Amino acid sequence: MIDRVSNQKAWLMVLPVILLVAFNAIIPLMTVVNYSVQETFGNNVFFWEGMKWFEEVLRSERFHASLGRQILFSFTILIIEVPLGILVALNMPRRGIGVSICLVLMALPLLIPWNVVGAMWNIFALPDIGLLGRAINGMGIEYNFTQNPVSAWLTVVAMDVWHWTSLVALLSYAGLCAIPDPYYQAAKIDGAGRWQIFRHIELPKLKRVLTIAILLRFMDSFMIYTEPFVLTGGGPGNTTTFLSIDLVKIALGQFDLGPAAAMSLIYFLIVLLLCWVFYTLMMRSESNTS
Amino acid sequence: MLLSWMAWTLPTALFFLFIALSLIAMVVWERYRPGGAPRYGVLGLHTTRGDRLFISLLGAGFIFLIWLGVFGTPLWAPLGISLVYGTAVFRWV
Repeated sequence: MIDRVSNQKAWLMVLPVILLVAFNAIIPLMTVVNYSVQETFGNNVFFWEGMKWFEEVLRSERFHASLGRQILFSFTILIIEVPLGILVALNMPRRGIGVSICLVLMALPLLIPWNVVGAMWNIFALPDIGLLGRAINGMGIEYNFTQNPVSAWLTVVAMDVWHWTSLVALLSYAGLCAIPDPYYQAAKIDGAGRWQIFRHIELPKLKRVLTIAILLRFMDSFMIYTEPFVLTGGGPGNTTTFLSIDLVKIALGQFDLGPAAAMSLIYFLIVLLLCWVFYTLMMRSESNTS
Repeated sequence: MLLSWMAWTLPTALFFLFIALSLIAMVVWERYRPGGAPRYGVLGLHTTRGDRLFISLLGAGFIFLIWLGVFGTPLWAPLGISLVYGTAVFRWV
């Protein structure tokens, strides 16, 4: 039998964080649950609607379309950012002055606020005055992200890749720097090629940081709002209207707080499920390899 | 009233009461049977009691959502399915 020492003082230590989480997460979430079963026209007056909003949202083509766009966007940026980030990290210098220069350059996009990134890319990609837009059109390729859905998608994806690949690269770089030299020496003695070193030494050692990078990037991209909102406003039409943009349109544009609350909860459950599945799969494969 | 902005209703209050009671029950359970009863379940996952509660609640949420999307109200059938599902999770996962 384990002799357990009873010490309840730890509760006092965690009390501030419990209060903080209660005020910024639990109480607002409870309010959203309450809103999701009611209708309001303002003035703090509510009418019971039951499960009506959930049924409406779950059956609406608009929700299905924005969910589809959101999933497509998240997977697209993950497919690009993760390999690109690893590639950048592999090519970053490990010693000398180049390390500091590279780290500062890589960190720069991460320091720029989301709305500024959106505004920058908006101006940069404008077909008539933007550097990128004019250059592409000058090459004879028709490009207008304000009118053409393909151009809009490419711009939003490029913007996200520009903004966040650094995060994957920096995390991978930290992982690569943590690999002790004897691993490389052993590989050299065994006559391993570059690809074999990457496949059997670097990639397994990067698994933990890549888990974090993929989780962070997935969650962040699945909840993306500001950058595409500033860049395209969800357009042209609804082609870049992702879940959060659609949610804000319903909640603040149309002031349909009930349906917006129901949609928020469905959105929340999807994020929770995907993160849990992702995390579980990665932890399981990690425990299998170790 | 202080809490009127939260727009409370009896069903949502009962829902949160259920969640709170579940958490309290888990604390009491842990007090009497410490260690979280870890095991390797049928899904091939190492789970503790807390994991099983999380999987049960998350799964129940989706059972209700899928039912609402396909059949709509009333929700007695998904409630029954969720209870069976939760029991199965606590028994085998």
